[in-house]
Amino acid sequence: MSESDVAIRARGLTKTFGSLVAVDHVDLTAPRQQIYGFLGPNGSGKSTSIRMLCGLLTPSAGEIEVLGLKIPAQAEVLRQRIGYMTQQFSLFSDLTVRENLEFLAAVQNVPTNKARARIDDLLEEYHFEGRSGQLAGTMSGGQKQRLALAGAVIHEPELLFLDEPTSAVDPESRRDFWEKLFELTDAGTTILVSTHYMDEAERCHRLAILNRGRLVADGTPGELTGALKGRTLLVESANQRQARECLLKVPGVISAAQIGNSLRILTDGEGEVSAVQQQLQQALNSAEPGARITPIAASLEDVFVSATHRETGDKATLDTAEPLR
Amino acid sequence: MNWRRLYAVLIKEFRQMRRDRMTLAMIVGIPIMQLALFGYAINLNLRNLPAAIADQSKTSASRQFVMDMIATEVIEPVTPAQTPDQLMGMLRRGEISVGVVIPYDYERRLALGQEAVQILVDGSDTVVQSAAQQLAQIPVGEPPPETDIALPNRQSTVPLPDGPISIVAFYNPQRVSAINIVPGLIGIILTMTMVMFTSVAIVRERERGNMELLIATPISRAELMIGKVLPYGLIGLVQTSLILLLGVVLFSVPIRGSLLDVYIAALLLILANLAMGLLISTRAQSQFQAMQMTFFVFLPSILLSGFMFPFDGMPKAAQWLAEILPLTHFLRLIRGIMLRGADILELWPDLVALLVFVVVMMTLAILRFRKRLD
Repeated sequence: MSESDVAIRARGLTKTFGSLVAVDHVDLTAPRQQIYGFLGPNGSGKSTSIRMLCGLLTPSAGEIEVLGLKIPAQAEVLRQRIGYMTQQFSLFSDLTVRENLEFLAAVQNVPTNKARARIDDLLEEYHFEGRSGQLAGTMSGGQKQRLALAGAVIHEPELLFLDEPTSAVDPESRRDFWEKLFELTDAGTTILVSTHYMDEAERCHRLAILNRGRLVADGTPGELTGALKGRTLLVESANQRQARECLLKVPGVISAAQIGNSLRILTDGEGEVSAVQQQLQQALNSAEPGARITPIAASLEDVFVSATHRETGDKATLDTAEPLR
Repeated sequence: MNWRRLYAVLIKEFRQMRRDRMTLAMIVGIPIMQLALFGYAINLNLRNLPAAIADQSKTSASRQFVMDMIATEVIEPVTPAQTPDQLMGMLRRGEISVGVVIPYDYERRLALGQEAVQILVDGSDTVVQSAAQQLAQIPVGEPPPETDIALPNRQSTVPLPDGPISIVAFYNPQRVSAINIVPGLIGIILTMTMVMFTSVAIVRERERGNMELLIATPISRAELMIGKVLPYGLIGLVQTSLILLLGVVLFSVPIRGSLLDVYIAALLLILANLAMGLLISTRAQSQFQAMQMTFFVFLPSILLSGFMFPFDGMPKAAQWLAEILPLTHFLRLIRGIMLRGADILELWPDLVALLVFVVVMMTLAILRFRKRLD
């Protein structure tokens, strides 16, 4: 990747609050015109990282370069070129849709003679026709997120930071929202988005998986799941809870998650797939003789569990994985 | 300073204010309410207090006195009574607020210049007490034109306790006149509303997350703070005008100095309070905390500034504390201008004190405000 293709580069990014290390030596490289995802449970340092990258928080250590600017030193210059959507709805509830956009257009230095046309375009593009006089506070969660996105792109920024934009939104609104994100990248915008939804993470061009402030894995979703080839198995048995107990005792099994009537097994990847499969079958012989074991493709959840397991060396990684949906 | 961005903040503030009914109500309601309340407390000419009169003397002189008392319309006899004991029972039960006892030897006491009439007053209500004071002004034993009863002789050899009418359980609080109160009220109301409005307005934006969005935009600190504060400054001037107008119309408060000086003094106090509100907002974590901090400023201002108690009567330490409160200086300015007709420049020490306060507070506030979250 040549320098001009890089939107965000961070080295050794660290933030401590007192004795709490919120972000711990994170290295990142986000290419331009792509959607770069931050995946991680609550408290994994996603918001803190985003705030440092757009200059709202001063890093305790590390170097940041965003759009070729040194952050936080050149944060004021950067602010002209980025859009930022906070986790919580942060437009003004007691202003109407149009008033909010008018305010942001002025504050973001959209030229006066273009502002009106730009606002009209956004109202149409983001489906606010006939609603421009409605107070922002009276809208639904999905509408608020659309308005927030419209506000964040009003000055056509090169780079968008979106902090868990869809956490309070129904599935259909989330799908529409992501459609908009892809339209924006097609138009040349770079997007950094944090999420704790696996399905959203899968749609990103590249991903960084964060856990307890540390970067535990990064790459394209395909690279990340591909690395787990042969380590994920599906176990179908009569009594999943009993089977799970037996399987967790087998060395090399990292997690056994119940998915409906089956168990999803993740192994540490030591040894041949067939040998592992045999081992599991033996473990189940006494308790669940009729169990069926088949290899399956890895998901991002497996990637997350595997990565955090490597990080903590803890067998009960399912607990850490739980906030993920 | 980018004028378009500043203008955008101003417009936003006015739009939000227009929709915030509570704030709008406070802007107009607080001055009117305070003025009405203080005006009422000043206006002690209470009328039609429920009363009972025990006239044991039953002479033409005593009846004349009773008629005079009723004619003042301060009291209104509601039940008949014969003895002081009955009156005390009625007072206790709250049936009457005032009881009047005219003893059997009313005329003899008058002649001797002794206490001739006793007024029993519900002492739990200080306003009633002060009303009774009015009753005591009634000339007692004024000779009816056709009779010839001697006036009580104050120079008589018998030492006089008080006068012909004694009032029991009476405490007359120091009277403060409307003329003194209205100029001070401008300061009190501005202190109360301005500090609170600004501190809450900014902390509210932080609580609702608006601030995080704002500081991620190119808007500058000065644009943001001035834009937030200016609308409230205008409101302060509106309040000042409202109090002045009501004061002049309702209480005939004089404005002996120049009106321009009055507004200059008011504007300085407004700026001082807005700056203080801003400073509070940089510290407070929640709207509730901002309110609490506002009270830390407000209470000493009310008690120490000279509005409630005479400044010179306070202990030295309290006086020093009062000197750092903007309200103290404003009160000296406004009383000087409005009541004594002084020119604002003649009162330069207080003018300078207010200016210094504004500059220091505003600088601190802007320095403390960061376009950062940490």
